[in-house]
Amino acid sequence: MARLARLALDEDEVGRYAMQLSAILEHVDAVRRLDTADVPPTAHPFPVENVLRSDTERPSLDREAVLAQAPVAENDRFRVPRIMGEAP
Amino acid sequence: MTASPAPELGSLAGIAASVRAGERSARAVLAVSLDRVRELEGDLHCFNEVTVEAAEADADAVDRLVRSGLDPGPLAGVPVALKDNLCTVGIPTTCSSKILAGWLPPYDATVVSRLRDAGAVAIGKTNLDEFAMGSSTENSAFGPTRNPWDLGRVPGGSSGGSAAAVAAGMVPLAFGSDTGGSIRQPAALCGIVGVKPTYGVVSRYGLIAFASSLDQIGPFAITVADAALGLEVIAGHDPMDSTSLDRPAPSLLATLDAGVSGLRVGIVADFLSEGSECGDAVVAAAEALAVAGAKVDQVRIPDLLLGLPAYYVIAPAEASSNLSRYDGVRYGLRVDGPDTETMNARTRGEGFGAEVKRRIMMGTYALSAGYYDAYYGQAQKARTLVIRAFEAAYRDFDVLLTPTTPSVAFPFGSKVDDPIEMYMCDLCSIPSSLAGHPAASVPFALSPEGLPIGVQVLAPALGEAVMMRVAASLEAAAPREARGPVSP
Repeated sequence: MARLARLALDEDEVGRYAMQLSAILEHVDAVRRLDTADVPPTAHPFPVENVLRSDTERPSLDREAVLAQAPVAENDRFRVPRIMGEAP
Repeated sequence: MTASPAPELGSLAGIAASVRAGERSARAVLAVSLDRVRELEGDLHCFNEVTVEAAEADADAVDRLVRSGLDPGPLAGVPVALKDNLCTVGIPTTCSSKILAGWLPPYDATVVSRLRDAGAVAIGKTNLDEFAMGSSTENSAFGPTRNPWDLGRVPGGSSGGSAAAVAAGMVPLAFGSDTGGSIRQPAALCGIVGVKPTYGVVSRYGLIAFASSLDQIGPFAITVADAALGLEVIAGHDPMDSTSLDRPAPSLLATLDAGVSGLRVGIVADFLSEGSECGDAVVAAAEALAVAGAKVDQVRIPDLLLGLPAYYVIAPAEASSNLSRYDGVRYGLRVDGPDTETMNARTRGEGFGAEVKRRIMMGTYALSAGYYDAYYGQAQKARTLVIRAFEAAYRDFDVLLTPTTPSVAFPFGSKVDDPIEMYMCDLCSIPSSLAGHPAASVPFALSPEGLPIGVQVLAPALGEAVMMRVAASLEAAAPREARGPVSP
């Protein structure tokens, strides 16, 4: 689960979270066991549909200001380490 | 140790009237507020950052408007505090997380600009449980906030810094966010008023997302009238938030003193546990409303108890998705690695605290192939059952009453090792969050040990006006010593 969530954990954490998550799952089990045959799901309290804005140009965030907050930026881009599989 | 009453800054309307009339400068009001912060911040740790220079500049701008004969607005010169998950241009916004330490947002939250446009003066960013996940502020990466009623106890959370700052008289108005109770629970534990509006009444633009279908911004204040004014100022449609309701801001102050005569008030019996001081306060509150002319009855709504387990699937699921953006690429912390995936995982492993990691993993699990239907799908259906249960109850009642919290403020460390025990704090506040309904906590009584107890008023969607009327009646019936401001 930690790998799927991109979380690097140490051994201690893995043991502790495994225990706590089991307890949480047990607690929310009432939901899993619920008979909901005729109940539709709610994703959102008030269904608001097709919210559109007029198709006009607006200034977006300033590029310099945004890149100034990046851990590493280069040539107007965010710089990241090697992506897996690429040549180094 | 017991708290003693603190000097009051006066009502928001009083402060604004004197500043608008030029009788008192915004700068002088700010000085009183900052003096109180200097006196108590060392004990309480309400703030991640106090922005003295920016506040002085904002106060001077208000004073210049007054001198040139212009009206700075309904909150002219009112010092306010902002939860540190509301984006503020050029002022660090951290969510009390190491992963965002030092981040300077390139834009203001809509709420922040509306407050400035109304003449308010923001004095700083308040402490919270990391990414608003928690009920005690013990999950802050920068250390907990203390409760001004008893420094050995938590102020509640996640908006604990905002609640404690108002309760200690540092500011007369503060803002927080509420996902499952994060405004109402700390308001109750700190003896002040806290309001979660109907979902969509206040823009979430610039509120750092935790669970997008639940998050709402709302006010903290000493009195119901001040909370109502604070909410009127920030409410209203915003095209920058596609879930913002396209309707005018609710009018609350106009009907605040209309009383409760003839209103049907339901006490939710499912949340009254035998011999609990918080349950006793609800019964006393209902009696006070009956004396004021309301028709009071008990009601059983057992499906509301599905709220807690449903919430602890839905909120982590939405959080795991929202927090995937903290990947060490565009902002915040980066811990390097030989490749991008390792960099992502190391950054997140080091940058997030324990509760955030727990919820991300819980949410990832609930959304993963093979478990999605059993957990997330089922929780969404349980959410429908909660909404239906409310619908049925509101056919017979105009408002519902519950305790805000199952217990008064608890000592530091007493729940921190047991996530479930901590989650139980939100038992009474979660159902309205899932339904998107408004809810307010009003200080109503003191426990035998002298700690404040809040009563929660629930109303159907967009029922803010009637909810605040009931809240005002409760306030009128409550003993003065049950609410702040207090000195630790």
